[in-house]
Amino acid sequence: MREVAIVGIGCTGFKPITPDISYKELMFEAATRAYQDAGNINPRKDIDAFVSCAEDYWEGHSIFDEFVPDQIGAALRHLFTVTSDGMIGLATAYMLIKTGEFNTVVVEAHSKVSDITTFTDIVNFGLDPIFNRPLGAHPHYMAGLEMTRFLHETGNTREQCAQVVVKNRKNALLNPYAAHGANITIEDVLQSEPYFHPLNRRDVSPNADGGIVMVLASEDAAKKLTDKPVWIRGIGWNSDTSWPESREWGRAIYTELAADMTYKTAGIRNPQKEIDFAEIDDSFSYKELQHLEALKLCRQGEAGKLTKEGETEIDGDTPVNASGGLLGMGYAIEASGLHRVFETVLQLRGEAGKHQICNAKTGVAQIWRGIPTATGAVTILSTEVE
Amino acid sequence: MSAKIKEYQGEEVKSADIKEGKIPTVRFRPKARYMWSAGIAMSRFLNELKNGKIIASTCNKCGRIMVPPRMFCEQCFKPTDGWTYVKDTGTINTYSVSFIAGDASRIKEPIIVAVIDIDGASPGMGILHTVQEIDWKKVKFGMKVKAVWKPEKERTGAITDIKYFKPIK
Amino acid sequence: MFGKKRVAVVGAGLTLFRRNMKETGREMCWEASKMALDAAGLTLKDIQCVAYGSAPDAFDGIHMKGENMTDASGAWRKPFSRVYVGGGTGVFTADAGWWHVASGLFDTCLVVAEEKMSSCYPHPAYAFTTIFDPIMDRPHGTTLIWIFSLEMHRYMHVHGIKKEQIALVSVKNKRNALDHPCAQLGAKITVEDVLNSEIMCWPVQRLDISPTSDGAAAIVLASEDVAKKLTDNPVWIDGVGWCIDSTYWTNRDLYYPDYVECAARMAYKMAGIKNPPKEIDVAEPYDPFDYKELHHMEGLLLCKKGEAPKLTEEGVTQRDGDLPINPSGGLLGVGNPIAAAGLMKVCEIFWQLRGEAGKRQVPGDPRTGLAQAWGDLMQYGSVIVMRR
Repeated sequence: MREVAIVGIGCTGFKPITPDISYKELMFEAATRAYQDAGNINPRKDIDAFVSCAEDYWEGHSIFDEFVPDQIGAALRHLFTVTSDGMIGLATAYMLIKTGEFNTVVVEAHSKVSDITTFTDIVNFGLDPIFNRPLGAHPHYMAGLEMTRFLHETGNTREQCAQVVVKNRKNALLNPYAAHGANITIEDVLQSEPYFHPLNRRDVSPNADGGIVMVLASEDAAKKLTDKPVWIRGIGWNSDTSWPESREWGRAIYTELAADMTYKTAGIRNPQKEIDFAEIDDSFSYKELQHLEALKLCRQGEAGKLTKEGETEIDGDTPVNASGGLLGMGYAIEASGLHRVFETVLQLRGEAGKHQICNAKTGVAQIWRGIPTATGAVTILSTEVE
Repeated sequence: MSAKIKEYQGEEVKSADIKEGKIPTVRFRPKARYMWSAGIAMSRFLNELKNGKIIASTCNKCGRIMVPPRMFCEQCFKPTDGWTYVKDTGTINTYSVSFIAGDASRIKEPIIVAVIDIDGASPGMGILHTVQEIDWKKVKFGMKVKAVWKPEKERTGAITDIKYFKPIK
Repeated sequence: MFGKKRVAVVGAGLTLFRRNMKETGREMCWEASKMALDAAGLTLKDIQCVAYGSAPDAFDGIHMKGENMTDASGAWRKPFSRVYVGGGTGVFTADAGWWHVASGLFDTCLVVAEEKMSSCYPHPAYAFTTIFDPIMDRPHGTTLIWIFSLEMHRYMHVHGIKKEQIALVSVKNKRNALDHPCAQLGAKITVEDVLNSEIMCWPVQRLDISPTSDGAAAIVLASEDVAKKLTDNPVWIDGVGWCIDSTYWTNRDLYYPDYVECAARMAYKMAGIKNPPKEIDVAEPYDPFDYKELHHMEGLLLCKKGEAPKLTEEGVTQRDGDLPINPSGGLLGVGNPIAAAGLMKVCEIFWQLRGEAGKRQVPGDPRTGLAQAWGDLMQYGSVIVMRR
């Protein structure tokens, strides 16, 4: 079997705004760091393909693909764009290597969300033009709807969701890459402005800018580039219905199905026992609980209890979002999934510094594409090949 | 089974019917506004345009002098090494003459657009701009041109601080 | 020579291509997908993943439009991904489908390409102004036709090519398109018609350009074992290639598409092709403008630089010539719903290699075919090599 490893990672760090550099300069920094980390690989000679993840309306340019190659070393090389989260870009790079025709593949994703002056209008622009947009409501109502249904079906509580925010923003204080570390209490969350019932302002991850580049390699190539490869044991992605009206709002089915696909390839039969930690999507506070249950890291209805009892803290049994998650690091559009993977790799290499988890051997990274989608991806990374 | 298929799907509707409201439609105008950070390289470029100058970046490895300037050399994949001024004259690498506007409507006065290789930069380092003060039928490849600048007070730090290029002997 | 898992095309589907279609983007995806599945003798249950391609979101008027089209492309509760490389998307989506199956992760893949340009009202051309660099290009009011005409003029100047020679491509393709059931602009025109048509942006005239269109296309891919059970006539994807050139298009000499050559070499290497003009029996290069067909023929190494106009004049690129080019009628004749147009070319090669192209069939039992698309700021080449 042709195994695939992550052999180099580069991250610029995340900040609320980055007015002094252009997106090109941001990407160049991330790429330089990643190639240096990957045994000083030369992108002009030694990379077989480049995968970039971006959506036109986040960037403000149509055919954003045009503007990508130069700053990551891909001018007149084999680069393309996947309009999806960075984790699906990772899946694409994984598939390319598995074909046997490519040995090293680069994945890139970045966020320059601060360049958008009408951010909510862009999110709204993603809603269906015939059935949903004409309602004229702020698009985050969809998260409010889902949260209400989720809490009702599972019995998790509003306070437990708030605790996720407290945990993740506290974790982010230990993470030099994070943009929104803070010491807040459950009361601070519950008292913040009401947003979309039952969400308050602090339940929603704030935006951040940053760029990430990763280098993937086949087993043979990996051995030449690094002595700390992180193996992609399994990866999966899935899209539930594009009609919000037809969804089962309580469950994150896209995550359940992506997880099934991932666990099957990775040979994971008992996720709770075999997975040491998780870096998952908490773009809205309740999402962390919903995704924990969808990943089968706990039984349905138990994610809130687990959080309350401290099991998901850095020193708990199943640390979740030791990095700070999206609530703490910042919501970074297409780079969000890739920075879950980035943090997972840091943990597995023992390079996570102050937020290092002990005995991290196998981690799960997961992402959701955000409103109005029901698309997500899951991946299992490990220090061991099998 | 292309030859075996008798009927291809698709129901055409006429533009005129859409315009007259005969086809059910939903209308929406997105609010998509951006303020892109120009970044280090282009901020310098724009500030220099305000001063009536064109600036380029240089790479010591490949020796290129690059316009528009950039903080990284895309051929060598390394940070660029310095800045240097180039001239505001050049030669026409290619040109065309537009009789339509961006929304496909016709315009009265044709616009001559050209890629102008800038003197002082490496060969082939062109920028896009318009050419005026010449009959469009008389434009030639390789023609020498010079920038016509806006008066200093009117410059804002944009590529349009150069109004257009005009032919010179 | 090739990866362990061989991948075949086992079915193809196409909607009509028209300036305005009543169907929504979703409905067009469904129509093309259903037709491709029926042709392959499969149902949605048999499809394991979906690779979708579409060009600017600005046309359909939906941000993240891939996510809106998942169900319609058969991806309900399946792995779905969208690739997007400007005009190169159509052929590239087929390349994407290839890696889904060749990786060994999936046995079947539904590949769908869709474009609803008419949603951009009153004219899709305006959306193209947003593809340009906001500092260097947009302030001039740059339009898409500007950069095509700059490239066309450079190509003509370097090789001394005349408009009369280029117009022959438009004449050929529109005539070929008369035999295509989905064609938007099949017509019998002459070189004079082209030379007398309205000047858009000299040297580009109205009849040099393909139209804006709505449409969708789909193909079904299967791994070797599955393909052999489904059909006696699978068409193998033996080579895929893609390449993007630098964003700084004003720093490049536009007379030759290096990016197409780079993509072609990648595909030829995979397919074991050493002498393209001899080994390729039929080709569908991207022809959004007539000169582009010539430009791409040279980039695909099907002839020497500057030689493509001569081959066209000599009739070599007609359906009954030595190297049939765009027997479908291409974008000039069939229409240009960007991503769907590229995949339409892949469908055409599929039907040609199987002898199922009806009135468009090139004679001589073609066994190896090629489809190519171009995109971005004179930057992108995507190629696919197929064999029976």
